[in-house]
Amino acid sequence: MSAFVQRLSGSLGRRTLIGIPFLWLLLFFLIPFAIVLKISFAEMQISIPPYSSVVEYADESLNIVLNLGNYLFLLDDDLYAAAYLSSIQIALNATLMALLLGYPMAYAMARAPAHMQTTLLLLILLPSWTSFLIRIYAWMGLLSNKGLINNALISLGVITDPIPMMNTNFAVYIGMVYAYLPFVILPIYANLIKHDQSLLEAAADLGCPPWKAFLTITLPLSKAGILAGFMLMFIPAVGEFVIPELLGGPDTLMIGKVLWQEFFNNRDWPVAASLAMVMLLLLIIPIMIFHRQQAKELEAA
Amino acid sequence: MKKLSFTNGVFLGGLLFLYLPMLILIIYSFNSSRLVTVWAGWSTKWYLALLEDDQILGAIWMSLRIAFYSSTMAVVLGTMAAFVMTRFNKFRGRTLFSGMITAPLVMPDVIIGLSLLLLFVGMAQGFGWPAERGMLTIWIAHVTFSAAYATVVISSRLREVDRSVEEAAMDLGATPFKTFFIITVPAIAPALAAGWLLSFTLSLDDLVISSFVAGPGATTLPMVVFSSVRLGVSPKINALATLIIMAVSLAAFVTWYVLRRAEKRRLQQLRTDMEEVVEVPAYRPQPVINPVKQRKQRVGSQEKEEVPESVT
Repeated sequence: MSAFVQRLSGSLGRRTLIGIPFLWLLLFFLIPFAIVLKISFAEMQISIPPYSSVVEYADESLNIVLNLGNYLFLLDDDLYAAAYLSSIQIALNATLMALLLGYPMAYAMARAPAHMQTTLLLLILLPSWTSFLIRIYAWMGLLSNKGLINNALISLGVITDPIPMMNTNFAVYIGMVYAYLPFVILPIYANLIKHDQSLLEAAADLGCPPWKAFLTITLPLSKAGILAGFMLMFIPAVGEFVIPELLGGPDTLMIGKVLWQEFFNNRDWPVAASLAMVMLLLLIIPIMIFHRQQAKELEAA
Repeated sequence: MKKLSFTNGVFLGGLLFLYLPMLILIIYSFNSSRLVTVWAGWSTKWYLALLEDDQILGAIWMSLRIAFYSSTMAVVLGTMAAFVMTRFNKFRGRTLFSGMITAPLVMPDVIIGLSLLLLFVGMAQGFGWPAERGMLTIWIAHVTFSAAYATVVISSRLREVDRSVEEAAMDLGATPFKTFFIITVPAIAPALAAGWLLSFTLSLDDLVISSFVAGPGATTLPMVVFSSVRLGVSPKINALATLIIMAVSLAAFVTWYVLRRAEKRRLQQLRTDMEEVVEVPAYRPQPVINPVKQRKQRVGSQEKEEVPESVT
């Protein structure tokens, strides 16, 4: 009897434990995507909410009106294709720059004396705990034509006219590397500290120069960390809004900014929804690669 | 003096890159000139102006409340999800479950914000709830994305917990519920705190998702800062930024101090334990110049080498 009760409560407890987070994520993370898909087939209307209904039931007939106009509109106007392409390009370049800067930093941390590593880790993480917006804002004062960098260069006599840096893609790259650098360093560092040092010692004993040992041992072993850092920065950077909005110029075409303008300025919810759907479609493969890797990490007992 | 290696040089350069802009922001927050880039002497007037700005103060209070409630709920959900991920190997929908935990970590904010807004609008249309968007809808949105981060932090600790203690408690008649609160929670407490703090900062920081799901009634601090910053650099925002950076640095310093003390205690404990087990002879020939330092490093980095190799 008591074993039966225990099993029952055990399975009930297990079901509640799985059920609550599962239902929460289902309702507030997955189902919303289905609604975005639905609205992307609606038409913009002056009403509350500002879109036509896709599914209607009247006179004993169920009418489903799938309006492909939004997607055709996206295909028709070159602006959108250009925005997707340039978002991917900017995100890719910025992520590669962050990797070039972040990898040596992670390496230096992993090779630092053990008692210093916690301190170094906190030093890297500290900026990412302060406001994202504030960190981007800090660069506005530095990069503008009357900003500190230009003022300093002019007073030193290096240049006579200010270099236009603010509202350019250069500023967007600076902002992205600056904001996402900790997210690139962290997984690489977590990977590097797990390496077995005896492999490098063996290589050195056998006469392998350090640079070659790095290229043939350390770098291939840290592939998983590099990939995780890449995905953690690249995927959100493609849909970034704040950085191109504050640091970028009129030429900086990024899809997150376009989506924001369609939604808030043009109030065209259906077009914004179809923009989001296409972005999701483009990012689904990187997200799945990231997921497979993370799932391995989460499950590895 | 030791030569600076290439990687250490890059590390120092990277730290300068990370910290210089914030340092300059702090210095310029004490500038008395309204023109933010022209230095006109020290002043604290922008801090006083900040204190009189009711809109900013109201937004700070709103953001702190939302961050407190959402990080608390995110830790509850995250603990449950982490438990499921690390302890239940097989159940229907496991792939979907783990997918819904990792995807919010990288999903662009504009997509999460738009999709949640459309959900709330659809729900309000369908059955009248939520009647208006505001604090509640922002809370739901923040819980959803920060729970994913909390899950990752908590599950990495949960995996390391020694399960034999839990099993012993259950064998002695404790219910799973009681075992969880008496054995598991104390063991994962640092991760719960870390997950809570991370969720708190994520919620305080969010601009894009809040902008989508907020109604006219609720304005969070990032929304106020953004609408002001969009128009250009403003000295009041410099003062606000300085206060935020100070608060975070203080919290980080406390964390660093606590972690360092815990680490020192752990190393000390490990060393005394090892000495008891190995019984190091007092006059053992020592080939290394500084054996204490070497052993300490070995204890810190490689725990599997518990018994020092015999010196031949």
